[in-house]
Amino acid sequence: MDEVILIKEGEIALKGLNRSDFENRLIKNIKQKLKLLGKFRYENAQSTITVEPLEECDMDVVEKKISTVFGIASYSRAAKAPKNFEKIKAVAKNYLQDHLKICKTFKVEARRSDKSFPLKSPQICAEMGEFLLDEFSNLRVDVNEPDAIVKIEIRDKGAYIYSKKFSGAGGLPQGCGGDGMLLISGGIDSPVAGWMMAKRGLKLQAIHFASPPYTSERALKKTEKLVSKLCRWCDCIPFHCVDFAGFQEEIHKKCPKDLMTIIVRRMMMKISQSIINDQNSRGYCNIQAIVTGESLGQVASQTLGATLCTNSVCSLPVFRPLIGMDKSEIVSLARKIGTFETSILPYEDCCTVFTPKHPRTKPRLSDVENAEKNLEIEKLIKEAVEKTKFYLIRE
Amino acid sequence: MYYFDNAATTKVLKPAADLALKCMTQMYGNPSSLHKMGVEAEEILDSARKSIADVLNCEQGEIIFTSCATESVNIALFGSLKNSKHTGEKIITTSIEHASTAKCVEKLEEQGYGVVRISSKDVENFSKRLINEVDEKTFLISLIHVNNENGLILPIEEIAKQAKLKNPNLLIHVDIVQSFCKMPLDFSKLKIDLASFSGHKINAPKGVGGLYIRKGTKILKRSFGGGQENNFRPGTEAVPAIAAFGVAAKINRERMDDSLKHYYSLKNHLMSKIKDNSDIYINSPAGCAPYIVNVSIKGIRSEIMLHFLEQNGFIVSSGSACSGSKKSGVLQSMGYSKAREDCSIRISFSTQNTISQIDMLVDAIKQGQKKLIKSC
Repeated sequence: MDEVILIKEGEIALKGLNRSDFENRLIKNIKQKLKLLGKFRYENAQSTITVEPLEECDMDVVEKKISTVFGIASYSRAAKAPKNFEKIKAVAKNYLQDHLKICKTFKVEARRSDKSFPLKSPQICAEMGEFLLDEFSNLRVDVNEPDAIVKIEIRDKGAYIYSKKFSGAGGLPQGCGGDGMLLISGGIDSPVAGWMMAKRGLKLQAIHFASPPYTSERALKKTEKLVSKLCRWCDCIPFHCVDFAGFQEEIHKKCPKDLMTIIVRRMMMKISQSIINDQNSRGYCNIQAIVTGESLGQVASQTLGATLCTNSVCSLPVFRPLIGMDKSEIVSLARKIGTFETSILPYEDCCTVFTPKHPRTKPRLSDVENAEKNLEIEKLIKEAVEKTKFYLIRE
Repeated sequence: MYYFDNAATTKVLKPAADLALKCMTQMYGNPSSLHKMGVEAEEILDSARKSIADVLNCEQGEIIFTSCATESVNIALFGSLKNSKHTGEKIITTSIEHASTAKCVEKLEEQGYGVVRISSKDVENFSKRLINEVDEKTFLISLIHVNNENGLILPIEEIAKQAKLKNPNLLIHVDIVQSFCKMPLDFSKLKIDLASFSGHKINAPKGVGGLYIRKGTKILKRSFGGGQENNFRPGTEAVPAIAAFGVAAKINRERMDDSLKHYYSLKNHLMSKIKDNSDIYINSPAGCAPYIVNVSIKGIRSEIMLHFLEQNGFIVSSGSACSGSKKSGVLQSMGYSKAREDCSIRISFSTQNTISQIDMLVDAIKQGQKKLIKSC
């Protein structure tokens, strides 16, 4: 018996003329995820992608990988049978017996996209139902709330039998939304923001601002671990680690303390854009957005006034997917994607040396710009960019 | 890189590592086996046990091997409940214990035992205050000999003597992790029943520790299995680590006097280099162990100075390595301010450290004082 995975597309199916671009991207991403697990045949028809192994492989691992591909609404493990109803019945009995033995009620749903198959869908349902009733004495039919739904799909390349359907990662295929740069701190919010935008199809790179000796090697390792956890969904992520200590010391020395946080945010944006320009000029990516984990009003740098000041140095759109979320909502997403436990490791305390006791929550842009006049910004950015380390992070 | 964090752990001595390797690749028998490879492994254990017993001047039968000092403390403290008739009886300990003891005592407290923690603020009268607490309900005293954060030495000999005079039935456990093989200890004379120590603080590998159980001392056995280590720690012995522990103990015992002289010269030099710096406070009390020096650099948080020194090639510790990034509160319990504890670093020596390394370390600290932003 051959087992396959049937993948149901999400909102891609609603796309118009460019639908095939999304589908091709999704198949490419699935192939990328499964490339180390064996050889597979991919078939795309009627909003369903069929992944069929061509050699022995661990389907549990394949299923786990599929569950992390964005752009998939749901997926099922299914048995493939020849389009001969007697054989379909035999495969159904064999493949679903473990599940059906522990159920009390069931129903059969059939879909016949190959209209040349001699039985129509209602006939398939009726005959398969009768067959399973005979085979499993524990079962009775319940069409309203059955314990098991036996699904039969008659497609061009064969018949597929399955019973369980799992939710996919949702969203759009990674990469079809363009390239984005995630500013990742090591806290709870930014990995969640990255995950949310990756879910909407952004292919991520990440920037981290480290300030040794004010922040530790462990804080950096923690951030790398968070990025690695995102790679479960995003494949590998190019990572830029900026040495920000010198810049922060300059800001601390030359700017008003109550504006320190907002100036730091602005300089992070400027450095990020400089790194993005550099990356784009190399030709292998085209980063067109910055992603941050800001949530309105959560801290002083995330008030409306502060956001205005930060945005004024950004020429690229800044995506803030958490802007309207409560902390508890963000935490629950962080738990769901598996970053929370890492995020709460206590390794970023040192950076509080640069946090003023009373940061200004309603900074005026003109005050901020005046304060920055004391800094040799271009020189400091150049130094920070030059000292930036770049490497790939994988799951 | 110059390593000044020897109170956290130490480099394994080459002869110790060599023997461990030999025990893994050539003499790898199970000490419980009847064949000659088993006998060979058993002899290695016996030899290591003798080396450890020689350090403490006790009998070999009074030493059991464990996986670490924390395990030893657990066996000793929970085992000592055999000496208690009922919950509600009293344990006396200190406010400056290592987490291994402090957490065990907290657990016993939760179980209903009374706990008195003697503060170390008034060090001069420490013994007197502790002995005053001893009564007929006291079944256990647990003390740290040399504090791991600032090197404070508690007078265990006097305390044990006085406490036993007042209540001969109580048990005395001492955490000798930071004094084992570093200062003379004669357990044939000390009135101490139980003592925990570790291998990796004395140039043996991590994963091996020991517990001294004075002959005749009755404590509960809490693990069950093949009967090894007199059933206090059943399970196949970690022969390579134990063998290395024996070698490291022997070498450190033989050079103990010279090592102590070396530590005193390093410490005196360090003190002379920093004494005129009004922004460096010494947190190690007078008369403390010469190989642990705790100082606070005014305004600069421990972790920041630690990472700055690391960038410049020096490894030191902030507070206790066992506490990670959390503050243990030991310095505060000795009467120092929170700010002073927040800015404390621990410099701990090995025989490999030199006077010129101290010079370079102090220069680096001074550079840090100039460069780093002050935050506490």
